Amino acid sequence: MAAIAPPRPTDHGAPAGGDSGNRTGLPVDRGYGGGGGSSPRADLPEQRYYTGMMAALAGITMLFTGFTSAYVVRKGLSTDWVPLQLPSMVWINSLMLLASSVTIEQAKRHFSVIPLLKRWWSLTALLGFGFLVGQWMVWQQLIGAGVFISSNPSSSFFYVLTVAHAVHLAGGVIALGYLTFRLWTGRLTPVAAGVMALYWHFMGGLWLFILLLLVLWG
Amino acid sequence: MSHAVHEPPSSFIWKYIFSVDHKVIGIQYLLLALVAVFIGMLLSILIRFNLVWPGTELSILGSLFPVGAPGGVMTAEFYLAMLTMHGTIMVFMVLTTAPQGGFGNYFLPIQIGARDMAFPNLNMLSFWITFLSFVTLISAFFVTGGPPISGWTAYAPLSALGEIAGPGLGLGQDLWILSLALFSVASLLGALNFITTTLDLRAPGMTLMRMPLTVWSWFVTAILGLLAFGVLLAAGVLLLLDRLAGTSFFIPGGLVLNDQLVIDHKGGSPLLWQHLFWFFGHPEVYIAILPGMGVTSQVLSVFSRKPIFGYKAMVYAMFGIGIMGFMVWGHHMFMSGLSPYSAIAFSLLTTAIAVPSAIKTFNWLGTIWGGRVRFDSPMLFAIGFVSLFVSGGLGGLFLNQPATDIFLHDTYFVVAHFHLIMGVAAIFGIFAGTYFWFPKMFGRMMNEGLGKVHFWITFVGVNAIFMPMHFLGMVGNPRRYAELTAYSFLGEVQSLHLFITIAAFITIAAQFIFLANFIHSLFKGKKAAENPWDATTLEWVIPSPPPHDNFGPVDPVVYHGAYEYSVPGEEADFLLQTDKDKETVEH
Repeated sequence: MAAIAPPRPTDHGAPAGGDSGNRTGLPVDRGYGGGGGSSPRADLPEQRYYTGMMAALAGITMLFTGFTSAYVVRKGLSTDWVPLQLPSMVWINSLMLLASSVTIEQAKRHFSVIPLLKRWWSLTALLGFGFLVGQWMVWQQLIGAGVFISSNPSSSFFYVLTVAHAVHLAGGVIALGYLTFRLWTGRLTPVAAGVMALYWHFMGGLWLFILLLLVLWG
Repeated sequence: MSHAVHEPPSSFIWKYIFSVDHKVIGIQYLLLALVAVFIGMLLSILIRFNLVWPGTELSILGSLFPVGAPGGVMTAEFYLAMLTMHGTIMVFMVLTTAPQGGFGNYFLPIQIGARDMAFPNLNMLSFWITFLSFVTLISAFFVTGGPPISGWTAYAPLSALGEIAGPGLGLGQDLWILSLALFSVASLLGALNFITTTLDLRAPGMTLMRMPLTVWSWFVTAILGLLAFGVLLAAGVLLLLDRLAGTSFFIPGGLVLNDQLVIDHKGGSPLLWQHLFWFFGHPEVYIAILPGMGVTSQVLSVFSRKPIFGYKAMVYAMFGIGIMGFMVWGHHMFMSGLSPYSAIAFSLLTTAIAVPSAIKTFNWLGTIWGGRVRFDSPMLFAIGFVSLFVSGGLGGLFLNQPATDIFLHDTYFVVAHFHLIMGVAAIFGIFAGTYFWFPKMFGRMMNEGLGKVHFWITFVGVNAIFMPMHFLGMVGNPRRYAELTAYSFLGEVQSLHLFITIAAFITIAAQFIFLANFIHSLFKGKKAAENPWDATTLEWVIPSPPPHDNFGPVDPVVYHGAYEYSVPGEEADFLLQTDKDKETVEH
């Protein structure tokens, strides 16, 4: 996971090899990672974490596009679709997730002020975890009311979409937790925070999309 | 985790098993594909055998598969299970892994001047998930009921109902779906890595338009994989839920199976599965063939000692094929009751793919034209690729018309078409790549004489197998049938089936020449120089085999495009991409 694994911002001492022979005739510095002068070999560019994350988000988008088109087709064809009454807990969860997008943005903005950064960052992790717990309660409520995955196509899709989202969000929460650990040990980099925030905002947007689909097309 | 610079590991396990070196991972993918291709071929032997000699007793089969072949005689269901596994293994474990996971992993970083992939740990993870997927798939042979009988496309509702629908549709089908889900995840991670590596890790001077066409082909393939495998994963999840959780995404109401009404499912759409599957499935065809196009472009240029004809057009054509590949899935569904209006749209779009395909073909011919052609084994297979791409592609012109497809769809014409263009052409791309890069990968040359023998038997062989299948299709010989003896109108083509089977056995036997050459050359082959083919790209400026960190302590600098052959005024007839102070002639 690109988001979890940024390298430390390197003010690198030259990696193995030192100044030995240059087959290509020129000292090369790609200018990445803050290395200066004619350092023989720069670290890999940190841009890769953003690129990798954008690619990952494209893949995730296609997964949910698959589910969504199945949803639209299945609903359009069916005579047995009974709209699902969303438990009110869903709205509380949605607010938590929206709030967590705000808090992670705050964390990013206060990156240099460590106490503020710590506060906003751990608040984000807590809200994310709270969302997952809330979703769990939603599923339990539905099960308690006798609404199972096989009850109706509407409930089938509700579980598929919300669980698939929760799985991805859980990955995000784990990453947030790991980065919180790095934050406390003084090793959270701006790139890691930026890439994490990108993923997190995307998860929020994805949730809004799912919610709209379920409400407007339910 | 993903440290940019990793030291060469010293212990066996970290060096060869859980390696993060893209070169080792590439070889791991290739070995996986090699094992898979021999299993797949073995299955095709059984398939061809049963078509010609149905009901024959093979005691070894009886002892291996007491249920599928009681008393050594293959049942019709067992035939379908072999068919399913042949297709699945070949499409996923061979055609998707070897060209992209194998050669792509090994050579993409080197050809752009990088030390490794952008995320080496993720790369290792991709391979091991692929391996797990392979093991899961193969394990379907050993469970009760055996492998699924629903074909590599796993059409619902047959694939969605479970054991009640037939042997292999219980646990076997579950394993099949699980395997493909794992494969999708691995492919997505791999694609992400390929894309990031290409965009962010290029050496100084390696502009996009200086990249070898192989790199472009792996890049476009990765984009296709990234956008297609997510949809297959979604479809797989829904199918698994239909089977295990009692949902009805793909299962309609009112189904009667073995005189029993299926009561716990209703309202699902079998066509929904087909749409989702083929939305993935058609791009998958290009995932298999595009890297072959890249290798072919590379090899044709090197062995003609000429720059590739129309480099930019080749790049744009690959993107054209890739983008249009997402808009044509409906041509697999002309027979499904698709609206004629949609069918016409899909038909027109499919026909339009002929344009970028023709651009590529003409540019390949333009590249060879007037060149000082060296007919070494890689070149022979690359020319073979062009030939098969054309003959397979021409069959497509009949199938992309709904009117003709209605007749040809469930016949051997389709079998001939997709084997030529997707199966055999892609395999020729893999062979071209193997003969071309073997010296770089292992530091030794493959035996040229054996390579030529291998090429000619294989080239004549595959044509002898698949060309006559067009005629079988035209006389209405249905595909997927285990036995054809019940149909009197097929009596006269039985001899053609016999011919095909014999041709298949000979062709398969010839692959052992390749295997022997491969293994022998690995240990006893002539030592390879750094640049045995006088080629220009970056893998040829480093030792054979390349050291752990590819380029040593310093990044290479690129001054030229990838195809500077026969440059006027130069002493040598080629310019390495790293050659400094030499004039580049703009093409």
